[in-house]
Formats: sequence, structure tokens, C-alpha cells
Amino acid sequence: MMNPKTQNKVAIGTLYGVAGLVVLILLALLGYILVSGLPQLSWHFLTAPAKAFLKGGGVGVQLYNSFYLLILAMLISFPIALGAAIYLYEYAKDNWVTTTIRTAIEILSSLPSVVVGLFGFLFFVVKLRLGFSILSGAFALTFFNLPLLTRSIEDSLRTIDTTQREGGLALGLSRWETVTRVILPAAVPSILTGVILSAGRVFGEAAALIYTAGQSAPALDFTDWNPFNISSPLNPMRPAETLAVHIWKINSEGIMPDAKAISSGSSAVLVLAILLFNFAARYLGKRLYKRLTSA
Amino acid sequence: MFLSNDVQENTEMLERHIVQPADAEHPTILSTEDLHVYYGKKEAISEGDLRFASNQITALIGPSGSGKSTFLRSLNRMNDRIATVTGRIMYRGVDINQPSIDVYEMRRRVGMVFQRPNPFAKSIYDNIAFALRLRGTTDKHELDEIVETSLKQAALWNQVKDDLNKSALALSGGQAQRLCIARAIAVKPDILLLDEPASALDPVSTSQLEDTLLELKQNYSIIIVTHNMQQAGRISEYTAFFNQGRVLEYDTTSHIFTNPQVQITSDYVSGNFG
Repeated sequence: MMNPKTQNKVAIGTLYGVAGLVVLILLALLGYILVSGLPQLSWHFLTAPAKAFLKGGGVGVQLYNSFYLLILAMLISFPIALGAAIYLYEYAKDNWVTTTIRTAIEILSSLPSVVVGLFGFLFFVVKLRLGFSILSGAFALTFFNLPLLTRSIEDSLRTIDTTQREGGLALGLSRWETVTRVILPAAVPSILTGVILSAGRVFGEAAALIYTAGQSAPALDFTDWNPFNISSPLNPMRPAETLAVHIWKINSEGIMPDAKAISSGSSAVLVLAILLFNFAARYLGKRLYKRLTSA
Repeated sequence: MFLSNDVQENTEMLERHIVQPADAEHPTILSTEDLHVYYGKKEAISEGDLRFASNQITALIGPSGSGKSTFLRSLNRMNDRIATVTGRIMYRGVDINQPSIDVYEMRRRVGMVFQRPNPFAKSIYDNIAFALRLRGTTDKHELDEIVETSLKQAALWNQVKDDLNKSALALSGGQAQRLCIARAIAVKPDILLLDEPASALDPVSTSQLEDTLLELKQNYSIIIVTHNMQQAGRISEYTAFFNQGRVLEYDTTSHIFTNPQVQITSDYVSGNFG
């Protein structure tokens, strides 16, 4: 029988060990990706179009596609998720309807993204005849993103104390005014953090896009901003391979001589972008909270 | 005191003593008639019939779970989505407990301050001004003036006048609670309901708050739930004693504390139970 003090020491030691192991694995992964990828990075690599057979291709188009898809997907999914979260947390009573919605959200959020991708292929690409396009990809990403974003916004609303809602109502504000004028401003920093973190996940998503946004990246003319032209970067109907899909494709069927280097470089770019999202989330969240709470 | 028949059957043995305020200088501003509150099927308030005098402080006292907070929250219909409230709540000749009443407008006349200070995550100025802006007061001078007078009435102006643009979340508990009072009176209510407003405050803040309330009763009719017997004794003119969802005794505060007519009241105010 150990005495409580030794017992405590053993417990703390074990926990430190487990936590250390997790950190070690993560650092090793991150370190490997960065060490093998960073040397490949250059302005040329980040901006040049990819080459199929020759050395020296870049990921410019893929990087642009990733951001464009991300923005489109967020533009579609954020309003829906915000509305759903406000309804679920601020208005809906606890009954079988809301339980069903919550269960559906939970199931959707654990759906493998490749299933979302195949659904997107059958529905958006084939049935709605959107073809392999940014729009199909954005819709698929919306399905992928919606459950998690809704959950995260609902959690943000939950962190605002009930007494705040009562305070608003007691001043004669309607429920809607209370939500929009008292609750949302207070929750914005936390909502923003959730949005940016989910943006990181969307940015790195590949499986849902392979069959929706497609695996080809036609050359773009960055001087043509008419969204109806096929080579315009803004055209939502063109196929658009993203960075994450690019990595997958190069590794499975890349035939350029420097495939390995490009894959490493792309991975590093992806990881850096997601790291950037995370830091931005924290920084902006804190800044915004200060701004909003003290005028 | 009129009791409906079905209630009478259950309460025949119940000892009660109700003296409604009758002071010509302070006419009744709010009264409840045959008020019942149910949480689901459970009855939390059975038959609370009280009249409240204008420009006076009425204290609601009673042990935990006696229904005094539930009763108070029913008065400006804060229980609307939580409980079922039946009966009449008469305010200026109108029953405000009916569906056709614009409850948001009504709450501007019957303001409320809660147990835990709940300043909004906004600046001190905006805590007071934003509800006014929503109702169309946009003139900067007018807003400045209302903010200043409300803060003065709540005895907070001198401490915060240079920090109006700072976050209200940085205020101490006592200051935050007085900001909540300022916020409530800025929309110019008739009646102020306070639900144990001092229970989260230290003794100094509590005593400041009590002074503030004594000042405020010149302009507002105040109904306050309190756990603190001394507080009820210090500030209120009338006191209602609640027990198990009923008002057992209602009279002037001095009568309740010096000469209670009901045994349970006597036990409670002398600290023998509750």
C-alpha cells in the first residue's frame, strides 16, 4: 500500500510522461515536415504553376485554389451554421425535434470526409451537373464543415452567462435584440476563434475534394478577373486542385522527377498555413474581445 | 382576504395574517390577484394576493424555496418561458399577465435587477445607453445626460465619470451592481424589482446599495427579495413573509419584526428556522 503522497507523485509522474509523449510525437511530426519541406520553399515554388513531367514546378495555382475554395466554403457555411446555432441554443426548446437535429449534427460531424466527397460527387457534380468545379467543392466542404461549425458556435453562445440574457430581457429588449445586441457581441471573439480553427481543417481537407473540385489545376490568368472566363481565377465553375489534393496526387501518381521535393514543400506550406490560422485565431480573438468589451 | 373555494379546502388550518397597505399618500401601483405559478405540474406559488404601495420599498422575505423569487420574477413576466403563471397582475388598471400585453414594453415600466451583477460586455456608457439607442434615443447630448443622471441616482457617477468608455466588466461587484441599477432606471421604469441584489456584495457595498435604494424610492416603487432580515428592517416599509409558496403574513415592516401575528413568521424573523 502506497501512502497518499507517494501515490500522488506516481500519478503526477505518469501524467507528465503521457503528456510529454504526446508533445514529443507532435513535435517530431511537425519537425519532420518542416525540416524536409522548408528547403524546397522559394518565391518561385509558391507562385509558379505545377509541371506534370518536368522538374521545377510550383504550387501557385493550388495554393490560390485552396484559399479561394476556403473563402467560398466559409461564405456558404458560416451564415447557415450561425443561424442554426442561434436557433438551437437561443430559441429551440428541448424536445424531440432539437434532439433529432443535434443527433444529426453529431453523426454528420463524424462522417468520414471521403463519404462526404462521394456524396458531393453524386449530388453536385453528377446530379446537379456542376461538374468538377470549385462550386461543387465548396458545397461538399460546406457539408463537411457545417456540423462542426454549428457545434462550435453553439458552444460559444453557451459560454455567455444566462444572466446576460435576463439582463437584456429585463431592459425591455426582445429576444432577438438580446441575441444580436448583447449575446453575439460578447460571443464574437470565441465564434471567430471557432471559425478560424475550422478554416484550418477545411484548408487541409483532401478527401472531400478529390471527386468534387477535381484533381486538375488548369493554368490561371491572374490578369483576368472576369468570373465568366474559363482561365479567370474567380471562375467558380472551373476544376480546381487544392494544395492538399495536390499532395495526395503527387504521392500516388506524380511522375515529375522532383515529385518528392514538391510533396515535401507542399506539406510544409500546408502546415505553415494551418499554424498561421491557429495563431491568427488566438491573436484576433483576444484583440477583438478587448475592442468589443471596452469600446 | 378572499380565498377561492378550492384553495380554502387546503388552507383551512393555515394560519395567515394579511394587512394590505392602505396609505392614501402611496396608492397601490401594482397588485396581484389569485396568482399561481407552476413549474410543469409542480405548483411553486399558490395564491399570492398582494398590493404594493407606490414610492415605498416592499421586502419579500422567507426561507429558501419559499417562492419569493419566483413571485418577483412573475411580476415582470421573466418567468414566461420557464413557468406557467395564472391569475392577474394589475398595473395601472391593466392586467399585464395576459398574452396581448407587449411584454417588452411592459418590462421597460417594470425594471429588474438580479442577484448576481450582470453588466454587459460593453463599456460603462454603452451598458446604459444601448437600450435607449435601440428605442430611438440617438441624440448624443440627451444620451450623455441620461447616462449621467442614472449613474448619479445609482451613486456611481463620481467613481466612474472618467472611465465611461472602459469595460464594465472591470468594475467591482458593488459597482457592477449599481451599474445594473443605473441601467435599469435609465429606461425610466415605474417599478424596480430587485432579486437579492446584495447577496453577492460585501458589507460596505451592501450598505451603499441600501442608501441608494432609500434615495431611489422617491422616484420609484421598489420591491426587493432579501435573505437578510436586518436589510428588510432597515430599508422597507412593508414586508411580506413567504413560506412554501404562500404569503403567510403581510404587514408594515415594523409589525412583522416587532409583533408578528403568525407563529412561523415569528420563528423566522427571530432566526429559529430558515
